[in-house]
Amino acid sequence: MSQPPARLREQEASATRHTLSVLVENKPGVLVRIAGLFSRRGFNIESLAVGPTEHHEISRMTIVVNCAEHPLEQVTKQLNKLINVLKIVELEPSVAVQRELLLVKVRADAETRSRVLETVALFRAKVVDVAQDAVTVEATGNRDKLDALIRVLEPFGIKELVQSGMVALGRGSKSITDRALRPLDRGAAAQ
Amino acid sequence: MTDQTTTAVGSPAGPTGPARQGHAPSPRDLAARAPGAGPAGPASTRRPDEARRPEEEPSAAQPVLMTGAQALVAALERLGVDVIFGIPGGAILPAYDPLFDSVKVRHILVRHEQGAGHAAAGYAQVTGRPGVCMATSGPGATNLVTPLADAYMDSVPVVAITGQVASSLIGTDGFQEADIAGITLPVTKHNFLVTQAGDIARTVAEAFHVAATGRPGPVLVDIAKDALQARTQFRWPVPFDLPGYHPVTRPHSRQVREAARMMMAAQRPVLYVGGGVLKAGASGDLLALAELTGMPVVTTLMARGAFPSSHRQNLGMPGMHGTVAAVGALQKADLLVALGARFDDRVTGRLDTFAPEAAVVHADIDPAEISKNRQAEVPIVGDCREVIIELLGAIRAEREAGREADLSAWWSQLDAWRATYPLGYDQPGDGSLAPQYVIERIGRLAGPDAVYVAGVGQHQMWAAQFIDHEQPRHWLNSGGLGTMGYAVPAAMGAKVAAPERAIWAIDGDGCFQMTNQELATCTVEGIPIKVAVINNGNLGMVRQWQTLFYNERYSQTDLDRPEEGASAGTRIPDFVKLAEAYGCAGLRCEKAADVDAVIRQAMEINDRPVVIDFVVHRDAMVWPMVAAGTSNDDIKVARDMAPDWDVTE
Repeated sequence: MSQPPARLREQEASATRHTLSVLVENKPGVLVRIAGLFSRRGFNIESLAVGPTEHHEISRMTIVVNCAEHPLEQVTKQLNKLINVLKIVELEPSVAVQRELLLVKVRADAETRSRVLETVALFRAKVVDVAQDAVTVEATGNRDKLDALIRVLEPFGIKELVQSGMVALGRGSKSITDRALRPLDRGAAAQ
Repeated sequence: MTDQTTTAVGSPAGPTGPARQGHAPSPRDLAARAPGAGPAGPASTRRPDEARRPEEEPSAAQPVLMTGAQALVAALERLGVDVIFGIPGGAILPAYDPLFDSVKVRHILVRHEQGAGHAAAGYAQVTGRPGVCMATSGPGATNLVTPLADAYMDSVPVVAITGQVASSLIGTDGFQEADIAGITLPVTKHNFLVTQAGDIARTVAEAFHVAATGRPGPVLVDIAKDALQARTQFRWPVPFDLPGYHPVTRPHSRQVREAARMMMAAQRPVLYVGGGVLKAGASGDLLALAELTGMPVVTTLMARGAFPSSHRQNLGMPGMHGTVAAVGALQKADLLVALGARFDDRVTGRLDTFAPEAAVVHADIDPAEISKNRQAEVPIVGDCREVIIELLGAIRAEREAGREADLSAWWSQLDAWRATYPLGYDQPGDGSLAPQYVIERIGRLAGPDAVYVAGVGQHQMWAAQFIDHEQPRHWLNSGGLGTMGYAVPAAMGAKVAAPERAIWAIDGDGCFQMTNQELATCTVEGIPIKVAVINNGNLGMVRQWQTLFYNERYSQTDLDRPEEGASAGTRIPDFVKLAEAYGCAGLRCEKAADVDAVIRQAMEINDRPVVIDFVVHRDAMVWPMVAAGTSNDDIKVARDMAPDWDVTE
């Protein structure tokens, strides 16, 4: 997006991608609080996906940021200060399932259609819409896989594409919402 | 007087009162005013409409039906609010009707909403309790943005209540609509938009809780007009709904023990004290810690008064205009113990050259401050008072185990700096008044019990340097945001909070012209503050930078146009006449010989505000100085004069 401040540019050499799962109260304006914090503190959001969770009062954001260890700690602390933020967990790629969704409309006429469909099958993607001269393909996966699919489809002619932000869940049986929920049950009395 | 209404909304049941029962406290109640000093204000009249007082005290189990506006006032009363600074207008108007009847809450009608915001901050800084300001939607609310940003930077608990257009109009560019919650998002600790009458009481309670706990800060509650008008069941107390808010106040004891171990091992330690110590009410504990350890103390601009200026261990203020001893102590230290301080750029100078040999123990209630600018070896998250109390125990344990460093070599170094480079100033050669002298004399004559409130600029630095700050919560200024115009309204708020104390605003002529309309409020409401205008006829600090860094090219810093050779300028405006126009006493002083007499004269006047126009030399500069962006090592004690760090006594 925009150029980060010099303070953060210097650290870009050591920057890596981090995936933050952020549990927030499902209230109006929370998204803008989070997005605004990133922009005013000079952090770049690579992708952000937000949606409801198994608890109607909690939304879950998956935020991918590209920054070094120290700024990540700083942005996490700043996020934690937002009153509507309930919990933040960094999901390491090795212990999490990470997925993005891709919808891509590819040129596919009588001559190329079979080769397009072959590619779709190879990537375990699926065709979700068919027109005279194009097909729309849906694919999910991690970024590398989707990038590879796009590269292979490119020669056929990509008419348009859209990608979701990444969503991620930690592997195993544990849930990060369990503990975050506890404070919701507890109301401290005024005074 | 046709007052037939009764007591305030929701106040405890009592006999249905006669005429005066529903009166707000007289404006004169809170500030002494000599009899006959002025005509009493016109008697307010009450509409003899429906009796608003519920029959019984509401409770969680027994709610009382009332309007959202009444619920707002009832909640404010129960939260202990005694003063609100504000201005009514269309959207907030429903709230002003029950406010009219409140006997517990005094509303002070300011002249500009910015004044309301700074007054609330001044009130909060003196009392430690949230200050409250109120404004209408649109321009009323946007005028609060500057004081909210100011309170945010200086962690001052302020609650702003604003009216919003009716919820059906929100988003339609309605008359006087502004998305104040959106606008103040980056400058408040939190804010709320309330569109349901039933949410008002709980939200106001939450706002006070958030503003006052953890790292304090401003909170805005924007309430749609229809929510104020609708009826709701008022319950009290009301449970919070803040599942994501858990400020940590208790420090981790292992971290504290590690800090104590490092403190007892350090050869050149410094206690670097910030405003967090004041906010935690930890001044007494800090004194005990300093005296137990014998460590030198530096107090930042926000922490003047947290540790007595007169104490032998106080090296003064660090930073851009700090003392050589305080700046040198940080630069040469092998251990910084930062207590409620945030390593601001005005303290550190060029960050990568700041305190190069020091390990850092950093205690703060806000985890995000720790290692934000400078990596801390020992981070301690907690309330400064609790941290210091635990540190005292841990240090005693260290000492009982025989571990304690000898600081005598360090002190002889510090004393040498202190003796060689004390704070000082030159008397102007032309017989005009030295601004530093004026401020020094005010500090001497008004003494440590007065509260000093500064604006922003040279006069602020001199007030920080040359007044002895002996007590906590007696020094108010705009530190982080640097808001010119802070002094007069903040002094007003301070005087309302502490009517028994003398309140001295030390202001510049530039600052004073930004918010002096609140002198009208002070006169009308009986708030006799004293304002010393340090009038050099220019924007002094900016001009100082032009002198030093822009080849004396004084672009747009002259506020008046002095005749060639005349020091007094054109007197536009004439501050004495201006003061008198506002109903204040107006005094002027232009000679050093008159300074004491004029200050004494001002101290005698307690029935109205006093403004003193101190016409001072236009070229005085603030020293020492670390130029912006340079290293603290390059501090200058005067123009082109660097200290000799190797000096010995």
